[in-house]
Amino acid sequence: MVEAHKLEKRFGDFVAVDGVDFTIAKGESFGFLGPNGAGKTSTMRMISCISPVSGGTLRVLGMDPATEGAQIRARMGLVPQEDSLDLDLTVLDNLMIYGRYFDMPKKVIRQRADQLLEFAQLTERANDRVDPLSGGMKRRLTIARALISDPDLLILDEPTTGLDPQARHLLWDRLYRLKQQGVTLVITTHYMDEAEQLCDRLVVMDKGRFAAEGSPRQLIEQHATKEVVELRFEPGRHEEIAPQVAGLAQRHEVLPDRILLYTDDGDAALAEVAAMELAPRSTLVRRSTLEDVFLRLTGRTLVD
Amino acid sequence: MSTTEPVTFEHGEFVPSRRVTTPMWLRAALYWGYQYKRTWRSSVVTSFLIPVLYLTSMGVALGSLIDKHSHGVAGVSYVSYLAPGLLAATCMQIGANDTMWPVMGAIKWMRTYLAMLAAPLDVYDVLLGHLAWVAARLGIVVTIYLSVMAAFGTVHSAWGIAALPAGVLTGMAFGVPMAAFSATQDKDVAFITLYRFVVIPLFLFSGTFFPISQLPRVLQYLAYVTPLFHGVALCRDLTLGQVHLWVDLGHAAYLGLWLAAGYLIARRTFAKRLVV
Repeated sequence: MVEAHKLEKRFGDFVAVDGVDFTIAKGESFGFLGPNGAGKTSTMRMISCISPVSGGTLRVLGMDPATEGAQIRARMGLVPQEDSLDLDLTVLDNLMIYGRYFDMPKKVIRQRADQLLEFAQLTERANDRVDPLSGGMKRRLTIARALISDPDLLILDEPTTGLDPQARHLLWDRLYRLKQQGVTLVITTHYMDEAEQLCDRLVVMDKGRFAAEGSPRQLIEQHATKEVVELRFEPGRHEEIAPQVAGLAQRHEVLPDRILLYTDDGDAALAEVAAMELAPRSTLVRRSTLEDVFLRLTGRTLVD
Repeated sequence: MSTTEPVTFEHGEFVPSRRVTTPMWLRAALYWGYQYKRTWRSSVVTSFLIPVLYLTSMGVALGSLIDKHSHGVAGVSYVSYLAPGLLAATCMQIGANDTMWPVMGAIKWMRTYLAMLAAPLDVYDVLLGHLAWVAARLGIVVTIYLSVMAAFGTVHSAWGIAALPAGVLTGMAFGVPMAAFSATQDKDVAFITLYRFVVIPLFLFSGTFFPISQLPRVLQYLAYVTPLFHGVALCRDLTLGQVHLWVDLGHAAYLGLWLAAGYLIARRTFAKRLVV
């Protein structure tokens, strides 16, 4: 569906995307993970054929975005980072007018809109103006709108940023259903749980490059230990204590609010910490997550 | 919120098709039509009331004084002299207004253009569609205006029908360059300044209310350069039936020049702003 080779995006002297290679297969759910400014959105905008490629090659749905952008976009749905709904129009009119952009017959749009409103749980709000809707509803409407033309490829730029947990789970469920129907999903996110939930395969992006690539499970296996011990001390003591516990684990990480010890046997490490009588205020042994992979690869937490 | 009900559609079962393909720019223009659906009533009422009020107060009431003391202006009654001038000036205001805030809003606030660009439309379709809509709206306003003028007995010749395209052309001679400018703006401060120091002075000094021969020589030359003077002169010749073919074609050509130059610049400013 998407093939990129040495893909680059530059804004003047600033290099936003620095020569990346990737292939996204049909029916796959592919994620771009990274902190703000990593180049995720620039990559997405190039795939969506709304931002011209600065270097390298890109093929989307077998076509060239530079010359066949309109044909590509006709088969693609885009959920941009910031909603571009018409706040003065009704929910239904937003879908109707968007269908007209794809030159669909009115009757077909109407029929499709009814189904999508059902899908997005917005049927009761169909004739309300968009402006007073909640953030979650607007986001669902944006996704419904992107689906009006039954796209083969759905591109979602931070689909759940700023939503409450309940709204996020509802959206994930909807996206999961689309994936099961064979729609190819391309997602950017800076949420680890979102990536683990939705992506078959993902890349971790940092400073315009790929720091790692694989399935969530593969990434955790390759870049993190099985378990992690989290130690919290009084604020300010972490730097001072870190050297004393460093030897207990394969690797450690000092964060402003806690020390992370990477080890395959968390309980054993924790027992040794207890024996040293350092008196941490709280402790936790957990499985490694993508967050740890990210920390390892980029040296910082995701949402910074 | 329950998440268990079945999905109501299947991917791929659905094939949108239309026998005749709608041009891309027309799809963009349709959006503005949807917007207009909300406000057309008040818009039509305003388009009707404005000429009625102006022609009654200035044309008839003030005009009767002028007619009594100086036997009309340029050989016709003041209301007949004034009406086509006001028509052209109204077109200027609408042309400028509809391409100031709406263009910037479609970029910055509502992001309407961005929504279009995510669909199969490209930046030139977005531009052309919006301008086509502004022209269509001018067409509606001018039609109403001319009807009111006819009711006041100020359309003196069948040439008056040609004031419809002439009015639209006048509006677009302002609207298109203004769209080019609006696409470069981040705040609306410049619009207010332009309105105060360009649109309103033009409205007052371009031969709308009195012949520019009343102005000092320098201001007369200035008036010749601005498009509104030519729009006013053109509309006036047409509704009074005093057509001087080559002169009026010259007026139209000059307005066309502003429109064409504005369009070329707008293509650049739109692309620069929206394709990054």
